Amino acid sequence: MSTNDDVVVTGLGATTPLGGDVASTWDALLAGRSGVSRITDDWITEFPAQLVARLAEDPASTIDRVRARRLDRSQQVAVVAAEEAWRSSGAADAGVAPERIAVVFGTGIGGALTLLGQDDVLEEKGPKRVSPFTIPMLMPNGPAAAVGLAVGAKGGVHAPVSACASGAEAIRWGLDLIRFDRADVVLVGGAEACVHPLPMAGFAAMRAMSTRNDEPERASRPFDKGRDGFVLGEGAAALVLERGDAARARGATIHARLAGAGATADGYDLVAPHPEGEGAGRAIAAALRDADLSATDVGHVNAHATSTPVGDTAEAAAIRSALGEHVLVTATKSLTGHLLGAAGALESVFTILALRDQIVPATANLDDPDDDAAVQALDIVRREPRKAQLTAAVNDSFGFGGHNIALVFTTA
Amino acid sequence: MSEDIQAGLAEILEEVAGVAPADATPEKSFTEDLDVDSLSMVEIATEVENKFGVAIPDDELANIKTVGDAISYITANRG
Repeated sequence: MSTNDDVVVTGLGATTPLGGDVASTWDALLAGRSGVSRITDDWITEFPAQLVARLAEDPASTIDRVRARRLDRSQQVAVVAAEEAWRSSGAADAGVAPERIAVVFGTGIGGALTLLGQDDVLEEKGPKRVSPFTIPMLMPNGPAAAVGLAVGAKGGVHAPVSACASGAEAIRWGLDLIRFDRADVVLVGGAEACVHPLPMAGFAAMRAMSTRNDEPERASRPFDKGRDGFVLGEGAAALVLERGDAARARGATIHARLAGAGATADGYDLVAPHPEGEGAGRAIAAALRDADLSATDVGHVNAHATSTPVGDTAEAAAIRSALGEHVLVTATKSLTGHLLGAAGALESVFTILALRDQIVPATANLDDPDDDAAVQALDIVRREPRKAQLTAAVNDSFGFGGHNIALVFTTA
Repeated sequence: MSEDIQAGLAEILEEVAGVAPADATPEKSFTEDLDVDSLSMVEIATEVENKFGVAIPDDELANIKTVGDAISYITANRG
């Protein structure tokens, strides 16, 4: 292993439906508290799917007012999570040249609230009333750019877009930037904030969202026989990556190693996953090879499992074929909802905390596991978190378009 | 009259650019003293039109350098 291959995580940040920071989010997750609620706004009445996992804390309340009004909500959450990660890493005091600091921050949809809100302005008041900040607020590289400005990164700011794999893909590119010596410190993550009638209607039209409107906290139920779709969530998560030797030399807290990553494409369908999770399994296998680990080394998987009928069984098949049946699987979207382009980043934070605390959070609402053979074969943690001895763990993320990312983390 | 305009403009500057009302005095340059960037100037022009009913065309906006310039323009063009 060359020095550049030893990439570690020294900072974590998050703002989610479970809490305004990492600690409160993790506590709520372990306590089994749900972030899902029913929308009560007037516009929702005719919608088949009326559930959402809204942020626990309004990001605009912690950002300077003038700064906040120039940032789309997706940028606000990105900045809140990134600043927590940056602060907690202590990287700002490490004397790293700005030219050696990079940012990779993904989003699935980008500034949808700005795009749609300013379209309303255009229709109602005409082109002259459209905000001059419309474009920098709606562009999908907006969250990455806002984060780059927040930490003064001049070593490159990048914005991978691969639907619900975007956050994980950002982490994967961050790993490569350090390995290829393009930067000394990389702030990576994902952000999403698109709770608005149009995305809600679009996902509902795909029949992708849960319509269990009368039981909000029971609606997101990955791997359960009664699952009927995902619950849209909003939020962001961020990680600080750097070389292990540099982090140790400055006395930084090392939360985990980012040991490897695998990226594949299904080449099967634009939105439907391959039914046996062929591409997903290849991504996990590729990440293991990249990390120089074998399947038996991996003790835990934070699954992408969104609670859709097709996706969960495909992933179960992929996990079983690539890793076997010994891994402790959890699906944290059962409590957080699906944060789309932020999901991979948030679940990487959870994966790292599971390694740190040697505990696997429970999958909520898994009352009656699907009859599918792979789901039945896997050890999916439910009811209570489970203590475990873990040295390596995998986080899966998949996106519409057939994007598959697997990340392997190991204990510090 | 111009006091009303100055006060109204100060409100806009506070809302759009976070300028403290006490700082919004006629001699202040938008870009050099008040740190107002070009996109914010466009937003200020929109708010001026909303508040005072005075549209500021782009070529006129380019000539407005100070708070005093804006007050004069609004005073001269208000119906």
